[in-house]
Amino acid sequence: MSSIGTGYDLSASQFSPDGRVFQVEYAQKAVENSGTAVALRGKDGVVFAVEKLVTSKLYETGANRRIFNIDTHIGMAVAGLLADSRQIVETARTEASNYRAEYGGNIPVKYLADRVAMYKHAYTLYSAVRPFGCSVALGSYDEVDGPQLFMVDPSGVSFGYLGCAMGKARQAAKTEMEKLKLKDMTCMELLKEAAKIIYIVHDEVKDKHFELELGWVGAVTQGRHQKVPQDVYSEVERYAKSALEDDSDSGNDDM
Amino acid sequence: MACMMSSMSTSDLLSSDWLTSEHSTGTSIMAVEFNGGVVIGADSRTSTGAYVANRVTDKLTKITNHIYCCRSGSAADTQAIADIVNYHLEFHEVQLGEAPLVKTAASVFQELCYNYRDQLTAGIICAGWDRRHGGQVYNIPLGGMCVRQPFAIGGSGSTYVFGFVDSNFKQGMNQDECVQFVLKTLALAMSRDGSSGGVVRLGIITEDGIERRTVLGNELPRFYEG
Repeated sequence: MSSIGTGYDLSASQFSPDGRVFQVEYAQKAVENSGTAVALRGKDGVVFAVEKLVTSKLYETGANRRIFNIDTHIGMAVAGLLADSRQIVETARTEASNYRAEYGGNIPVKYLADRVAMYKHAYTLYSAVRPFGCSVALGSYDEVDGPQLFMVDPSGVSFGYLGCAMGKARQAAKTEMEKLKLKDMTCMELLKEAAKIIYIVHDEVKDKHFELELGWVGAVTQGRHQKVPQDVYSEVERYAKSALEDDSDSGNDDM
Repeated sequence: MACMMSSMSTSDLLSSDWLTSEHSTGTSIMAVEFNGGVVIGADSRTSTGAYVANRVTDKLTKITNHIYCCRSGSAADTQAIADIVNYHLEFHEVQLGEAPLVKTAASVFQELCYNYRDQLTAGIICAGWDRRHGGQVYNIPLGGMCVRQPFAIGGSGSTYVFGFVDSNFKQGMNQDECVQFVLKTLALAMSRDGSSGGVVRLGIITEDGIERRTVLGNELPRFYEG
């Protein structure tokens, strides 16, 4: 689906004759080149799972995290250019902090997603800047409104989701997600499925080594977003790896 | 007792306190939480020195459909503040897409009353209902602190009724009991405080919005009058 902009793709302030803003599309391509990230919303929480591609064995484990905390009750998973994403994280944190200072409470995640979307969209209007090459997924849980998940892409468009995927294998991840009945699943079940999806869509040939990063927010964490604790992480990782082997085994069965 | 007849001279006119004093909502105001909402109440006297500038004032000011504030202190200051808070909350409601929380309104009040504390004389009780925490009362007195209380009293008349409210408040009162509690308290305050009087204006705020009542002087509870 790629086409060359030839002349209309030099700045975000220009439309092409067929009504496209090429700079924004190129930013979306940047997201497509990054490691897959999935976010799932269930009955009592939201989980994030990120395929963090490790390009060098010399990195410390846990370097270049891709799941962040925005205030205590909101988690954000990112895909795309990591430096661009970190800017968005800072912006979101400032928004949440200003909201708390002015209005005395937690920023509603829908409102934050709108604010982040407006911010990213602003960078698609001018030739002096380039759009952010990152997509972000925001998730939160509280007792009154339940779990909520939003995703903002480089064009500044924001939607609410039951399940969303970003990055290189997002189509494959979406196919896997659609098989699940997300609405009725608990946080633990969601985590296992999300990790399994990451393992399934991971391309062993092209990207050798990856770290699985997990985050969750739900009733089980009393509405606080956090990295998944080590024991839960191990259990989930074991499930994902064994499910992967089962799948590949089943492919070898004789008819 | 003031003289009924006094001869007016030019110096009297220039030095009369009602010509030179600021409008003050001398006031007795009150708000009580109950399960499902709040009851708010206020007297109706605005005094300019010894002259009652308005004997039927409405000191219960709308911030949103479900959040009101009771104003005491300078009438000008509190009206200006309430206007600003109203503006902020209206904007916020549109951006949020749902009714704002009472805590949000109280926080905006607090920002203003604290940051401009040297220029303002405003004692405000912000009370209302929201779907997250039900009925809530927030007291924001002179310095700009903000604290949630099961009930709050304010204004010059409140000083006379602290003993009464402390001894008569019970947890878990229903709507009617709260209304009676507010009426009795305000009646006592208005009876003793020269800057409070007139009628009692009540508001009962629940999920369905506000129900306003006015209790005239002759319908108020009567106590020992000496």
